[in-house]
Amino acid sequence: MKLFSILLMAMLTQNFVLAKFLGICPFLGVSKKTKTATGMGLAVIFVMVLATAVTFPINLLLVKNGLEYLQTIVFILVIAALVQLVEIVLKKYMPPLYNSLGIYLPLITTNCAVLGVVLLNIDNGYNFAESMVNSLGGGIGFLIAMVMFSGVRERMESSDVPESLKGLPITLVAAALVSMSFLGFAGLVENLFGV
Amino acid sequence: MAEKKSLGKELTKGFLDENPVLRLVLGTCPTLAVSTSVESAVGMGLAASIVLICSNVVISALRKVIPSKVRIPAYIVVIASFVTIVQMLVKAFAPSLDEQLGVYLPLIVVNCIILGRAEAFAGKNSVVASAVDGLGMGIGFTIALFLMGFIREFFGTGTITISLINGGQPLWNSLFGENPILIFILAPGGFFVFGMLIMLANKIAEKKGKPKAQLHSCKACPMFATCTAQEKEDCDR
Repeated sequence: MKLFSILLMAMLTQNFVLAKFLGICPFLGVSKKTKTATGMGLAVIFVMVLATAVTFPINLLLVKNGLEYLQTIVFILVIAALVQLVEIVLKKYMPPLYNSLGIYLPLITTNCAVLGVVLLNIDNGYNFAESMVNSLGGGIGFLIAMVMFSGVRERMESSDVPESLKGLPITLVAAALVSMSFLGFAGLVENLFGV
Repeated sequence: MAEKKSLGKELTKGFLDENPVLRLVLGTCPTLAVSTSVESAVGMGLAASIVLICSNVVISALRKVIPSKVRIPAYIVVIASFVTIVQMLVKAFAPSLDEQLGVYLPLIVVNCIILGRAEAFAGKNSVVASAVDGLGMGIGFTIALFLMGFIREFFGTGTITISLINGGQPLWNSLFGENPILIFILAPGGFFVFGMLIMLANKIAEKKGKPKAQLHSCKACPMFATCTAQEKEDCDR
């Protein structure tokens, strides 16, 4: 039950993009078309879950040796190396998957959402299963936000926007409205599970 | 004399003309996330500025030693080290700030401004110029964060609270009584205020005959340099 509430919280009430502001760059940058938004979202889910699976044992090792202060350096390097490795493996053995996700992988290395989920798992004191579920939920939440927002942007392209708001400002105002819709989920998890 | 003049330009370009947040649209995550109050916004600005200046100096000093193929991982290690140092200092001397910034403090490591400046400036210029560039960009980042924080806290709570001034009490009674415009300190308010600030910055830039702020999702990405030509082409599409 706790796992399910963590999943819902990461997906909806504490959405990574719209409530925690992690991963804004790809959210604004790669959301022009629904297709690219979906690809990016799937790549983020994949990397988030993988990064959590790899960094969890590494963190145990760091804690055991009293080296917690090295977390930031170690995690960013592990994630960067991991992403490169995944890219190479996908390119060699799974070309179709590489063609659909590969181009987003370099973008993800320095994405706050991936390092953010790893650090949040540790801050919240989650065990392995909870960490994995939190990462999965966070990734799915990212995908939902990206796809919804790209839909809004596709509609916006044909609309008549005031001259001074054209471009980035109207995109941010649209993001504010999408984010406001997610405020509607506030209290959902608390009421469902009485956490 | 000419050297001095250009250094002055390096310093002030980050304030408005090339403001990292409002003109180059970098470092958007911390800008939106910690600007719910003036105090945390300025704290984040200063912490990031220290990391930016230090990493710019070190990267510029090492620019002839670091092979260009592994420069991005090398930059990341330098930046991550300084972030760890700043993290320890903030934890020791400003624990309340550490609590407010939370996970966003270690996330300075992936702040595009810092890696972006390392790649675009410090890796190619002298130590002094890089330090000045870091200082200017850091001040520009702090200015943008302060504006965001001030507007959001002012409308969201009706007053400004800074723990170092007035003993942690609000500077004045809330202007909106019991009902401030709460939405400003919630997530949607962040996006909205940021959009309005970008619009203003666009207006000022237009008067000076400069282009509007654009989100270069790929060119701004510090990992852009590591992409292959095919990837660069796909990315721009």
